[in-house]
Amino acid sequence: MTAIDPTAHLTAEQIEELGRELDAIRDEVIASRGEKDAAYIRKVIAAQRKLELVSRGVLLFSMFPPAWLIGTAGLSVAKIMDNMEIGHNILHGQWDWMRDPKIHSTTWEWDHVSPADQWKHSHNELHHTYTNVVGKDNDLGYGIMRVDEDQKWHPFHLGQPLWNFLNACFFEYGIAAYDLELGRNLSKHRRKNPEFRARAKAVGRKIRKQVLKDYVIHPLLSGPSFLPTLAATFTANLVRNLWSHSVIMCGHFPEGVQVFERRSIKGETRGQWYLRQMMGSANISGSKAMHFMTGNLSHQIEHHLFPDLPSNRYAEVAVKVRALFEKYELEYVTGPLPKQVFSAWRKVFRLSLPNRKPEVETPDREQELVAA
Amino acid sequence: MTSATLRSRAWKLLEMVTTPLLPSDYLDLVSPLRAGADLRGRIEAVYPETGDAATIVIRPGRGWRGHRAGQYVRIGVDVDGVRLWRAYSLTSPARRQDGRVTITVKAIPDGKVSNHLVRRAKPGTLIQLDQATGDFVLPQATPAKVLYLTAGSGITPVMGMLRDTEFDDVVMVHCAPRPQDVIFRNELHDLVADKRLRLTEVHTDTDGMLDISRLGELVPDWAERETWACGPAGLLDAAEEHWRDHGVQERLHTERFRPSIVVAGDGGEVTFSSTGKTVDADGATPLLDVGEESGVLMPSGCRMGICFGCVTPLKAGAVRDLRTGEITEAEPGVLIQTCVSAAAGPCDIER
Repeated sequence: MTAIDPTAHLTAEQIEELGRELDAIRDEVIASRGEKDAAYIRKVIAAQRKLELVSRGVLLFSMFPPAWLIGTAGLSVAKIMDNMEIGHNILHGQWDWMRDPKIHSTTWEWDHVSPADQWKHSHNELHHTYTNVVGKDNDLGYGIMRVDEDQKWHPFHLGQPLWNFLNACFFEYGIAAYDLELGRNLSKHRRKNPEFRARAKAVGRKIRKQVLKDYVIHPLLSGPSFLPTLAATFTANLVRNLWSHSVIMCGHFPEGVQVFERRSIKGETRGQWYLRQMMGSANISGSKAMHFMTGNLSHQIEHHLFPDLPSNRYAEVAVKVRALFEKYELEYVTGPLPKQVFSAWRKVFRLSLPNRKPEVETPDREQELVAA
Repeated sequence: MTSATLRSRAWKLLEMVTTPLLPSDYLDLVSPLRAGADLRGRIEAVYPETGDAATIVIRPGRGWRGHRAGQYVRIGVDVDGVRLWRAYSLTSPARRQDGRVTITVKAIPDGKVSNHLVRRAKPGTLIQLDQATGDFVLPQATPAKVLYLTAGSGITPVMGMLRDTEFDDVVMVHCAPRPQDVIFRNELHDLVADKRLRLTEVHTDTDGMLDISRLGELVPDWAERETWACGPAGLLDAAEEHWRDHGVQERLHTERFRPSIVVAGDGGEVTFSSTGKTVDADGATPLLDVGEESGVLMPSGCRMGICFGCVTPLKAGAVRDLRTGEITEAEPGVLIQTCVSAAAGPCDIER
């Protein structure tokens, strides 16, 4: 929590006016949703399936290095598409309005070890409602890292660059553990809770199915290419994990993103909720291909304002949202991927150590309070 | 091991290959009409019939079990990206040689699906299909004399019958505003010319509405005829009364189109059909709160419309989105977010 509130210059009326302007942007997109949008998601889904089929087909011959390379690259992209532009967004209900039971948040399942319904609860409900509220939004450091000066330091945090790296490599397992609230639920008492056991079982089932598919069945189908195919699917999963971890870290960790105190959201109005989403998220700038591969989470700010608008509309929404940031003199945190990833990692390293110079900061802050 | 268990084991293995998707998700890419797929059809042609009616030629998927003349089929069509379901009578004979079926659609004012099908549907488009259904059909035993009594698009199921089965003595009385509004007019006149049909057209713009009590003037032996009637409720109500008054109601078969007319209001009686509770709700309280306050176990989440954790089927009636004012009417498969929806008239929530 930064000592200086970057929204302090806004009056309560201005914040509500901002909320109304954002509502208007949302209504405009909803009123114009239609055939083109439906065609878009269907095209993306079909493309993903074809790419996955072809890549896995090529991997049947992965004992030949060019086939290994092409197949692995294709499968990595297919898995990223499945998780990011398709899975994440469908599970947000962005395409529910089409009333197609096959492309619907209540029926969709993704190539990920966290079952869709568990992820929807921890992500859609907890993270998106309580974005960046310390103690409420566990996405802040996933419960294993310290990502803000105001979080208490513990010697455990010295290892957080390592935890973060391991989490990046096995990100989907990290997410599954996180959705299960594994840390909290492994205590002797909670372990036996039947509701937790049922959820853990569901995760186990998904892990078993994915492992069987990627590390047993497809390698077996490849016959003499067993080992290269095994290496290929492992690599594709690794690439997907590293990529999605990087993209997601850029959403809330880079410097300039605000976090909030639990009591600050008491009685929050719609305008204040919008403002928190604006100040708690960061974008990634880049080409159309970049936006696509991040599942349009490069438009994290817009996604957090309107998590249920179709992802293909975030780019046009971003122009209007950015204009509002300027109008209300707020900082729109964005930058190219390498810069944002670096910024987020630097924070992870910095906060693995206790805060520096606390004896100087404290009086500073008090003075500010007195001045205010 | 029987071939069925062998096949189901092979399918299980295939499911392991494609998890978390299903093999059908991939097969649908190349062969959406194959046997074993969800039932779909492909629009192959659209022929205008009148100024506001058209016949749609559909090739049904391999799972289509056929139909009997007079039955209808529910189809799911994507209009502006939204899947909408409507029922239409089949107008093709039951045993059409090329395996295709036809429906004939009249565009009704503000009808989203009917206008789309008549004016914008394109050959090549995939649509969703249900199996044919309905008991407005001909009997196994051939009746000696037949009367078809129809009005407007009520002619469609009867046309399916006319094209399917020939009887020795068939009379048809059909009402339409003007001659050019008579769907299938040329074909009907060809049948008349071939002496396979006796036809009376009532043009209501000039002749006025058909007075059922004077039906005897048009068809003197109407009471002896096995009659199939289809048209607006007013005509059918009058027909049923007339046949009953003459004690021959068992010879009258009717088919009613029931366009569900939802009057969107402000609040209304909410029924939670699984729990069996009914409560009054105003037009401003989210249905999630209405349910919880009356002790119904409602799924919930963010309570602000973003997490989609509370979506629940809307079985009947209409609701209003409290954020946009948008009205959603009940249709099969429609789910609503109860935390941002309020009753817009009486409605039924599956909880």
